[in-house]
Parts: sequence; C-alpha cells; structure tokens
Amino acid sequence: MSQQPLLDIEDLKITVGGNAVIEDVSLGIAPGEMVGLVGESGCGKSVTALSIMRLLAEPPMRVAGGRILFENEDVLEYSERALEKLRGDRISMIFQEPMTSLNPVFTIGEQIAETLLLHREISSSAAEARAVELLERVGIPGPSAALRRYPHQLSGGQRQRVMIAMALACEPKLLIADEPTTALDVTVQAQILDLIDDLRRETGMAVLLITHDLGVVSQYCDRVAVMYGGRIVETASAEDLFGHPRHRYTEALLRTIPASNPPGTDLPAIPGAVPPPGRRPSGCAFHPRCHAVVEECPRLVPDLVGGTHRARCWNPVA
Amino acid sequence: MSLLQVNKLSKTYPNLGGPPVQAVSEVSLHVDEGEVLGVVGESGCGKSTLGRSLLRLIEPSSGEVIFAGKSLTRLSQTEMKAVRRDMQVIFQDPFGSLNPRHTVGYIIGEPLIVHRRGNKAERRRRVEELLGIVGLPQDAADRYPHEFSGGQRQRIAIARALALDPKLLIADEAVSALDVSIQSQIINLIADLQKRLSLAIIFISHDLSVIRHVSDRIAVMYLGRIVEVGPAEEIMQAPKHPYTQALLSAVPRPGVARTERIKLAGELPDPTDPPSGCAFHTRCPKVMDVCRLERPDLVQRQIDGHPTPGEAACHLYPA
Repeated sequence: MSQQPLLDIEDLKITVGGNAVIEDVSLGIAPGEMVGLVGESGCGKSVTALSIMRLLAEPPMRVAGGRILFENEDVLEYSERALEKLRGDRISMIFQEPMTSLNPVFTIGEQIAETLLLHREISSSAAEARAVELLERVGIPGPSAALRRYPHQLSGGQRQRVMIAMALACEPKLLIADEPTTALDVTVQAQILDLIDDLRRETGMAVLLITHDLGVVSQYCDRVAVMYGGRIVETASAEDLFGHPRHRYTEALLRTIPASNPPGTDLPAIPGAVPPPGRRPSGCAFHPRCHAVVEECPRLVPDLVGGTHRARCWNPVA
Repeated sequence: MSLLQVNKLSKTYPNLGGPPVQAVSEVSLHVDEGEVLGVVGESGCGKSTLGRSLLRLIEPSSGEVIFAGKSLTRLSQTEMKAVRRDMQVIFQDPFGSLNPRHTVGYIIGEPLIVHRRGNKAERRRRVEELLGIVGLPQDAADRYPHEFSGGQRQRIAIARALALDPKLLIADEAVSALDVSIQSQIINLIADLQKRLSLAIIFISHDLSVIRHVSDRIAVMYLGRIVEVGPAEEIMQAPKHPYTQALLSAVPRPGVARTERIKLAGELPDPTDPPSGCAFHTRCPKVMDVCRLERPDLVQRQIDGHPTPGEAACHLYPA
C-alpha cells in the first residue's frame, strides 16, 4: 500500500466473557482496493467485519483494545450519533442472506429511498429517481416497476442486487461484503462478484470481501488476509499468497481442496477441527493440526513478520 | 446388469392456484455396483427431489425405479422398508438429521433395531465396529450429537447409514455445510469406504470440484432434466452442453485467471413455467432457432473433432 489507507485497523482485540474472539488484528485497506478476508467458521472474520461498523453485540462482546481508523478517525470513539452517520453513508455492508436483511413488509423502492432520505437532504421524488438509477445500474430489469415489488417477489440473485443498490445509494467509500455470494448458485455468484468488481472500479470505493472461498478471493481481490484462531496468520497480494503461501495453514488449506488434486486421489487432509474461541491452543493456534511443528509453536504466539508478504509462523514455507 | 436403473422418472408438485411445478422430468439413469455417479446442478434443478424419489421418500409422479432387478414403484410400504436396508441416504445438515435426545450409540444402532438385527450385545459390537470405520472414538457411543462438531456429526450420519451394509448410498450435499479443512476429511472417508465396501454411491452436489473428485460418471441437471451425462474426466475435459461449459467456467479456482469465462445472463427459469424447447435456451450463448421450438433428447451425439460420441441433450450436435 503506497497510498494513505482508507481504513486502518490496529491491534484490535475483541473478547467475550474474558475469552479473546479476535486479537492482534491489524489490517489496512487503501481507497479503491479490494481486500479479501478468508478463513473457516469461527476464525473471527465476521467479528472483525462487524466491529468496523460497530455492529457487534456489545455486550457480551467487548472491544478490549486497539483502534479502527477510518479516514483517520477512530470509530471506536464515535458517539452513537456519529455512528448513525457513518453506517450506510461512508461505509456500507451487505450480508450472505439478502432475504433476512431486507424488510419483507416494505417495497424495494421504499427501502432504497429510506437510506437516501436518512443521509441526504433530498425530496422523496428525487430519492425515487435515484433508486431507479441504482436498480438499473445493478442490473434489475424494468427498474421502475421493480421499485414497487416486495423482497419475496424477487429471486435470490436479484435480492442480492437490491442489497447492493441500497449499499451504494450514498456512494460509500468502503463496502464490506460478508459472504455475499455464499447462498447463491455458482453462475449467479459470478454475476454478483463481477458487478461488485465493476462498481468499485467505476466509483473508486474500497471493498472488504469476507469469504471462506479461496477461489473467489484469488480471482477478485488485490490483497488477502488469512485468519485462523482469531488472528491474521498471513497477508499478501493475492498473487503471492496463492503462488507462494508462507504460513503452514494457508499452505495446507490450498493443498486440501479438491480442485488442487487429481480426481480420485486421497486429499491431503488437515487433521482435527478449527478450535472455538475459549478452547484455542497455546502458542500458534494451528500447531496441533500442523505437520511442520517446531519447538516454539506450542509455547509462543509468533509475530506477523515480513515486508509486503507477512506470515505469523515459526516454521514458514521456504 | 445395473444395480439401479431409473426410467423416465418424473415428479410434479401441485402448486396452489397455479400450474404444477415440474421438479424432475423424465430422468433416466443407471448406477452400476460399486460405481459413483455424481449428480450436479444448481439449486432448483431437481437433484435433491431426484435423490429422494429414488428411495420413495418422495413419491414419484411417473416413471420407474428398478433396484437389484426389482421394480420399486409398486411396492407396499412394508416391502419398501426391506429394500431401504440396501439403499441408505445421508443429508447435508448433520444437525437436522440426528435426533438430539438420543445417544450416538443409539442413533447408529437404531437401523439394526428397526430391522431386527442381532441381540443387544451383537448390536453394541456392531456400533463399536462402525465407530471405528468412520474414525470416531469408542466413547462417542455414550455421548449426544450436540457434543460433536459438524464434521464429526457427518461421520455419525455415515456410520448410521452403513449399519445395515447397504449396496447403494445416496449422499445429498453431504459435504456442503462443512468447512474446507473438514470437507476433505469427509470426502476421503466416503471415497475410502466406497472402495473398501464396494458401495455404489449417488453423490449429489452443487459443487463441481467435489463431484469431479469423487465420481466415476457425472450427470448434469438443469431445470429438472439431465442435460449431459458421461465419464467424469470426459465431462470435465470436454464438456459438450453449453450449460455444462458455463458451469465449469464459473467455478472460481485459486490461481486460475478469470479470463475467457463464459458469462451466463439471468437465473434459473421459473419451474412452473419452463421455457419452450430446450429449457436452457433463455440463457444459452449458442442459442439457435430450433432450440426455442424443439426439446433436444438426451442421446448419443457426435461431437466435432471428438473421437467418441457423448450423451448430451443439445441441438448443436447431430444425434
């Protein structure tokens, strides 16, 4: 990153009942950049994303340390009122299941206009005109008629397009997309990801893409951060990370997927399971599942070290 | 002779106040003993309805299912129960399919009780054996499903499915809910069991890379019909149907560039009002006039520059 970062998370730690859910999380995103945050369930990727918008369930969750600088201001110090202005205006978020994020009793048009009327001083007819424009941009056929439809009248892919239209209404600087295509079919997934990618190139907004799908990250993201056991264990450009993974977990994950193996052969499986928060092993959380353990691994948490390609590993891939 | 032979199986769901939903249309397929048939398609293509119809967990509307030489279509529920010993199923959600109030030992041994196999001590021994086969510790028998992770719960479901030594296993999205690192463990387990027990498996999934890895042959479904079927490697290396081609190119793979991808417009058509002719014609990049009028049959077709004919339902190739 040569530019001044748009978002700069520094040493973020979030706890639940004394147990760390995430810790030592540092992540920067430059304007216009698409960054992938990948990991398996329970690794802390969604908690990290929610904390940026201060959408964590506090309590029981608690920010126990760190800073989240967005345009050089720490959102952790924002008042509730300042947060209202931030959410949906400068930062927007879309989720996996658009059906549960859309309100079933309001039309699509009302829901898009709501965002605009909340953040912009415009008339409702201007808001409606803008809504038509947004629906057209995200590829909803017959946008004027679509305004009057309810969420259940749309297909899954179209609902996600509507969510994107709502998220874009105020031209945010950052879009956080939490598993935006996981519930969609693969041919529709490609359409939605292409749309997000086109939009960020057009508008210069940055995107934080949270996903478990390594293939998606490798095809769409500039940079990638891999999480395991509540920490970022590796971060690099997508090309470097997939070409030369350095952390043993990233290496194992890439090797285990069926696409990396000849059909019918035994997959190089990773033994054991992802440990839940509160039962994470000492030292490097991955060490009980790792095939390249050295003396330090069970004892000490390694630092995230390196230049542009950084890994948190005592015995990284050469 | 095939272990399972399916002839023109259809399933129509009534739809209040509207035309019926044609979930599965005239599907014919076969599975040989010890063979893995992968069934791939997107949501709503009818793959799960197909799997359930084979076992008559859903009653098919028409067509015939022949298992081990016996037609299942007209069997009574009692006769069907006997057949189901040899045909078992595992589902996507190992939480939803395991009774939370029973111990794992009871869950795995229950099919033995239902089918009156052995006495209590023999059943206990069989449960221990099955726990070993699927890689669970012996003390798992006295614990409850909620004490296990998703991957372990799927192992429990597999052990239960194997209790009666079935000949055919239907795995419906059996690894789709699992994390990447756990998914490969379960794929390895299923593949290993398939070889050791010479099981025939119908592996239903939306995930092409998983399907490719486990299958001998692959059937691709679109809107209730099989549009292409053939040996796994042939389908993956030289897909014939434009839908198979698009499906293959849409799967993002690490390290593979996103160039030259076939882009499909739109989504799956409404199954209450399927398009005329070939159901894929509304999204097909190679659509011709005939596609809108005439439905292509799934038959052997000669493909240009290809030594052997392939089975596809597409007008691009002469039958």
